[in-house]
Amino acid sequence: MKALKKVIQNLDPKFEKGGKWEKMYPLYETLSTFLFTPKHVTQKGSHIRDGVDLKRTMFMVVLAMIPALLFGIYNTGHWHYELQSYLNPEQYGAYSDYLTGFGDKVVYGLFQVLPLVIVSYGVGLAIEFIFGFVRGHGLHEGFLVSGMLIPLTMPADVPLWMVGVATAFAVVIGKEVFGGTGMNIVNIALTARAFLFFAYPTAMSGDKVWKSGTTDVIAENGGTLPDGASGATALGDLASFVGDSPVVSGEVLAGGSTSAELIQKFEGAYDPLHAIIGMIPGSVGETSVIAILLGAALLLYTGVASWRIILSFFAGGLAFGLLMNLVGANAYMDIPAYYHLIIGGFAFGAVFMATDPVTASQTQYGKLWYGFLGGGLAVLIRVLNPAYPEGVMLSILFMNIMAPLIDHYVVQANISRRQKRFKTA
Amino acid sequence: MSKAVRLKKGLDIKLFGEADQVKVEAKKPTMVALKPSDFHGLIPKVILKEGEEVKRGEVVFYDKYNKDLKFVSPVTGTISEILRGEKRRILEVRISASSTDEAVHVNPIDPSSISREEVKSTMLANGLWPFIKQRPLDKIADPSVTPKAIFISSFDSAPLAPDYDFILHGQDQFFQHGLNALAKLTDGKVNITLNGKGSPDECFVNAKNVVINKIVGKHPAGNVGTQIHHFDPIDKGEFVFTVNPQDVVTIGKFFAEGSYDPTRYVALTGSETEGRKYYKTIIGANVESIVKGNLTNDNVRVISGNALTGEAIGEKGFLGFYDAQITVLPEGDDYKFFLTDGWLAPGFDKYSSHRLFPTWLMPNKKYRLDTNLNGEERGFVVTGEMEKVLPFDILPMQLIKAIMVNDIDAMEQLGIYEIAPEDFALCEYVCTSKIAIQEKIREGLDVIEEECM
Repeated sequence: MKALKKVIQNLDPKFEKGGKWEKMYPLYETLSTFLFTPKHVTQKGSHIRDGVDLKRTMFMVVLAMIPALLFGIYNTGHWHYELQSYLNPEQYGAYSDYLTGFGDKVVYGLFQVLPLVIVSYGVGLAIEFIFGFVRGHGLHEGFLVSGMLIPLTMPADVPLWMVGVATAFAVVIGKEVFGGTGMNIVNIALTARAFLFFAYPTAMSGDKVWKSGTTDVIAENGGTLPDGASGATALGDLASFVGDSPVVSGEVLAGGSTSAELIQKFEGAYDPLHAIIGMIPGSVGETSVIAILLGAALLLYTGVASWRIILSFFAGGLAFGLLMNLVGANAYMDIPAYYHLIIGGFAFGAVFMATDPVTASQTQYGKLWYGFLGGGLAVLIRVLNPAYPEGVMLSILFMNIMAPLIDHYVVQANISRRQKRFKTA
Repeated sequence: MSKAVRLKKGLDIKLFGEADQVKVEAKKPTMVALKPSDFHGLIPKVILKEGEEVKRGEVVFYDKYNKDLKFVSPVTGTISEILRGEKRRILEVRISASSTDEAVHVNPIDPSSISREEVKSTMLANGLWPFIKQRPLDKIADPSVTPKAIFISSFDSAPLAPDYDFILHGQDQFFQHGLNALAKLTDGKVNITLNGKGSPDECFVNAKNVVINKIVGKHPAGNVGTQIHHFDPIDKGEFVFTVNPQDVVTIGKFFAEGSYDPTRYVALTGSETEGRKYYKTIIGANVESIVKGNLTNDNVRVISGNALTGEAIGEKGFLGFYDAQITVLPEGDDYKFFLTDGWLAPGFDKYSSHRLFPTWLMPNKKYRLDTNLNGEERGFVVTGEMEKVLPFDILPMQLIKAIMVNDIDAMEQLGIYEIAPEDFALCEYVCTSKIAIQEKIREGLDVIEEECM
């Protein structure tokens, strides 16, 4: 350790202004400050400072996503082999059971998911460094979180070049044009996801992307999925309830089915317990509510994420789900409200996306409104506009834009409350 | 009339190195200095030249923009050096103390028996006025305004702060005399705020001609700013004067005895010192007379004042005009490996208000904190952290942002008239993005002074 410290000590002057390798300073700074908290001391104001810094804070968020990542890897493997079990019943028939073929599923998931992570971090960090060089500063830690969020919000089969393009778009247009970490208006990872969603909808939605290898299976099976197999997600199925030919898990139901029949079918296909554990197809990191709540526990315990946002986001989702139940105009509106919280990216969005402090409301009261409306809007979009099955992404992006408005009203309330003190005094 | 407030917000940073409650006489300083930098915004006009002799209580310089506002020498001696910095700005007027002690004398007066104008002019002419600071702006009070109240905090809640109950014990008479003088300056009341926890000294409890309020809570409960905010908030156009308790005694003593007595008890504190006691010395004293031989470490920062708001003065520097504390902290100018004591370390040695560190598991542990920034400056990312340590109905981040973008209307509406940089010292301490918040607050106050006052 001492030897390493000496190396840093000797290298430092060479990268400083006027030093031999001055131009490489941003890269050097990033690497050296990762290894050693620099010897910067307080200059003005408080002589002592809290031990916390952005590195530790951001690291905690990355750590909180690890359970979702690990589960996502396995889940990706499972659904791949689940499809294979229809194609090759002799070889993989038993693999339709969730825990059979554990090793195979892990290995497949790793090969599918890790490249996404690598591309996301690789492209994002490269761009951050370019901007760092232009601006003369090292890496700011924000992207460490975005880089992990991006792969977790993608379907496992999304082409790697698309991940790269989306990441580049999000980092440049979503963040760096505004000035970098802490300055962006909308969430970086959601910007990447929304970019792909609108630019390459076929890779991001529909019923051919959620189980890894679906297109190969279709090709091998002569243009269609094998009998009994389905490529859709719970949200995709629900969206079909609004149309003329409702589908549950690949089975097309009669157009005249009543709400109750549809919901019964749906509940049979997507057991709530399975949805909570995460044994359903979906984007890599979004399926397991348990894994996500593990991360949430860590974030709440350490105080990194706002409990106000998470709690009110779930509350908003539930409240609007119940409201939809009251309206009850179609089968989608009738599904039990709690389903909204455990399927799709709702929990993931509540815990990891909505809580991004830069893009969320910044006032304590504002956070409650922000979360509640965000959760509610997610359900509204899902139910009322089935063209966008995943309402959470759009709802959080919308609330990102609305957050300053919410804060504005909280600030105004503070101002008038403060002024009132003088009038009554 | 008296009120009591209990604060929920705030933070007591538990540093190691409190001063023992023992009063000792410090070695007589051979050199003292008056530092114009102790008085924000002051441009001094020095009337003595290097080499000229000066008596205790004799005027050394005055305010260029208010000739009546005088600053006097705390010792008898010779002007040894007028130290100038950039643009010939005067940094220090150094006076070498002689062995004799001769003071400027006036006739003792009972402040209760004279008019406001007479109290004012006596204080201005004899170097007592600078002890009075004003809110808004947190600078020497403007003698031309009449404050709606005067606030005196009977305790300091900053890390390792000196105990005024101990320092002022037995000074009841002079303290009361000082209060009587101050009472003349306002149409309202002189307010003394007691610490609701513990038993305040009799000189505070028995003070007459005042309103006594109580406050309970963590730092910054002892800041006058916090107290004013809760007991008598300042609207635009209003003024409140504030005075430190020890300075009230100095003012009282002048009226009672007719001469300027700059005696000051100073607590020597901090993890890097021995002999942590209360030293009897004078305003502006060279701290070498106290610190020398008491340091346990070579690489230290000697601070006049506390660890949150004080000024680094060095081992040979001079005690600040308003300070009753010297804090010595280890300098943090070393690399910290990320796994052992850097950003990813368990961090048992770090005091953090965030649960990212195990601080909260050990509520009674005292810490030896160094001056490392513990990170690098970033844009604002984390929200909600400052709100937890600011016991004001003020939105800290919104106010700071208003200052950053120079939005004067927003600054006014969000409460800049009520605050001083010291009130935001904890916000600066907890800031994950390591932004120099006290400096920002000062910038905001400067803008307000220029544009709105």
